[in-house]
Amino acid sequence: MENLIALLVAAPLLGAAVLLCGGRRLDAVGHLIGTALASVSFVIGAILFADMLGKDAEHRAMAQHLFSWIPVEGFQADVAFQLDQLSMTFVLLITGVGSLIHLYSIGYMEHDERRRRFFGYLNLFLAAMLLLVLADNYLLLYVGWEGVGLASYLLIGFWQHKPSAATAAKKAFLVNRVGDMGLSIAIMLMFTTFGTFAFGPVLEATGETGEGKLTAIALMLLLAACGKSAQVPLQSWLGDAMEGPTPVSALIHAATMVTAGVYLIVRSADIFNAAPDAQLVTTVVGAVTLLFGAIVGCAKDDIKKALAGSTMSQIGYMILAAGLGPIGYVFAIMHLVTHGFFKAGLFLGAGSVMHGMNDEVDMRKYGGLRKYMPVTFVTFGLGYLAIIGFPGLSGFFSKDKIIEAAFAKGGTEGWILGSVALLGAAITAYYMTRVMLMTFFGEKRWQPDENGHEPHPHESPRSMTIPMIVLAFGSVFAGGFFSIGDRFVHWLEPVTEHAHGHPPVSATTVTLATMVVLVIGVALAYVQYGRRPVPVVAPRGSVLTRAARRDLLQDDFNHVVLVRGGEHLTRSLVYVDHTLVDGVVNGTAASMGGLSGRLRKLQNGYARSYAVSMFGGAAILIAATLLMRAV
Amino acid sequence: MNPVNYLYLAALLFTIGATGVLIRRNAIVVFMCIELMLNACNLAFVAFSRMHGNLDGQIIAFFTMVVAAAEVVVGLAIIVSLFRSRHSASVDDASLMKL
Repeated sequence: MENLIALLVAAPLLGAAVLLCGGRRLDAVGHLIGTALASVSFVIGAILFADMLGKDAEHRAMAQHLFSWIPVEGFQADVAFQLDQLSMTFVLLITGVGSLIHLYSIGYMEHDERRRRFFGYLNLFLAAMLLLVLADNYLLLYVGWEGVGLASYLLIGFWQHKPSAATAAKKAFLVNRVGDMGLSIAIMLMFTTFGTFAFGPVLEATGETGEGKLTAIALMLLLAACGKSAQVPLQSWLGDAMEGPTPVSALIHAATMVTAGVYLIVRSADIFNAAPDAQLVTTVVGAVTLLFGAIVGCAKDDIKKALAGSTMSQIGYMILAAGLGPIGYVFAIMHLVTHGFFKAGLFLGAGSVMHGMNDEVDMRKYGGLRKYMPVTFVTFGLGYLAIIGFPGLSGFFSKDKIIEAAFAKGGTEGWILGSVALLGAAITAYYMTRVMLMTFFGEKRWQPDENGHEPHPHESPRSMTIPMIVLAFGSVFAGGFFSIGDRFVHWLEPVTEHAHGHPPVSATTVTLATMVVLVIGVALAYVQYGRRPVPVVAPRGSVLTRAARRDLLQDDFNHVVLVRGGEHLTRSLVYVDHTLVDGVVNGTAASMGGLSGRLRKLQNGYARSYAVSMFGGAAILIAATLLMRAV
Repeated sequence: MNPVNYLYLAALLFTIGATGVLIRRNAIVVFMCIELMLNACNLAFVAFSRMHGNLDGQIIAFFTMVVAAAEVVVGLAIIVSLFRSRHSASVDDASLMKL
């Protein structure tokens, strides 16, 4: 069974190689090859999962050593895989959602002449992401980590003829580099501290290491997670990443890649457990981001950007939960999985709406679409109910647990984190209801464009609706399925450990409070967007609204602090270089020149003056000799 | 006669020669003054030889004479060709070797 693990990665990698090297003769079948190989990976994942379920909880982890990558004395880098319950969860999510989105893309990218290349990139992404979650050491994980970054870059900039897409791709790549730097520093620190970077030895050795070092490693890992998972302060790339095709937004920038940061933290649980300061920072990052993303999501009129804000916010919940330690790890992963279902579903729904509306993304030009796209409406609606945490649906179970765990952190911190999480739930309910109402309810607001073409909203083809239906099933039932008898907790417990938190208020109270804020959020949105007609042109709005439309001034902040700051720094360095360094060098040269200019006057060509200097010199020498002798 | 007097004479001749080199412009005169200085040195060498009772100084004097003879040959040739080209024997006129 172990030997199947490498095939998980190999199948999509083969697909990427064939599709990207195969050339135009594969144009006709490229999408089928890509989808088939993604599904092969999913089937292998399912076989391994079935095999794993047949074993005891303690003996489920599998390992496969492929080959020695860099065998140097004292530095052993292996290409080796490890498949435990945590990796298995990710494998199923990645290959499952990935296959569905491959299927969806067949319809969505039908009219794109570069469809084969698109599927090649998608397969490349799957291979890299699987490598990331299957690696048994941090160095191999880093290979996958960079691989998904590359795939993300290629796919965001897929429509490279649009300058905005090319810029967004570059922005995502650059911001991610900052995080990647954190990961590489963390790996180097691990190597100097532990002498290895394999998961097993590193995580076992945390008990004997000083807290300072562990805190440094944990903070660097957190920086890496911030970059990949779009957490404050490295969040600015995710909104722009929506320039990519919608299936990409669904797969990479909602369901899988952006959750790699959460995986990294949960995988490094032992390091974080031993570094309480780093855990506190992690929870703060999560809490700040969940509010940040939610506020941005409230103000965006672009349906994909509103969903991107929501993604950021939901990952904030996961990071918050991961920062809580053993009381939160399991729920972070559980929310990650349920979020993978409903957010992928929501994005695919958004893609379906755009597909029917001539690629219009402005929600103010939608309205009343439920009549035209019933399947999209129902699946999107179920995803919507799941994400706001409607009782019984996926989001209800996973988010409620995180809020409870936040309160259970204890002390003032617990109250603050818990309240932030509750507030986030209210805002989530508000902005998702806003998206729902603006898109599917009310009067139609679309107008003919300048060429006189009026959009004719229509339901998308079967290949697009089937994945949406499957994901909607996941959005509805996954949470309940995981929670009955604490299935998910028992499943992950051997890997991440689990401690039952004891919130200061009872679990029922937390659930009730969540329900109350949920109703408040929905009601507010209904009053604003359901009862009155939505203006086609966005009103000016309050200061906060205007700031949120500009992503809470994240780019302005980066521009002022980093770009301007960098400019000032380089300018002052250039000034110092010109005045001080060049001054010393040029000054030395000039004074030497002046000195020799004066000295050369001595060369006047008169033999007699040379004779005088000879006599003078000889006289001085003789006088000196006599003087020395006298002394 | 006290040999020290020869040294005084040698010093006097050397001084006259040196002064001549420094203040006269005519190349022939400068050249003769150089010869004067050389011969002052020879005189001093010979006097020291006599005072110390060995022949080293006298041998050096012979060397000096040979070198001086060679020098006269080369030096006079230079002065003659200089005079032919410039119609002047002044050392100050030949001041082209400068920056």
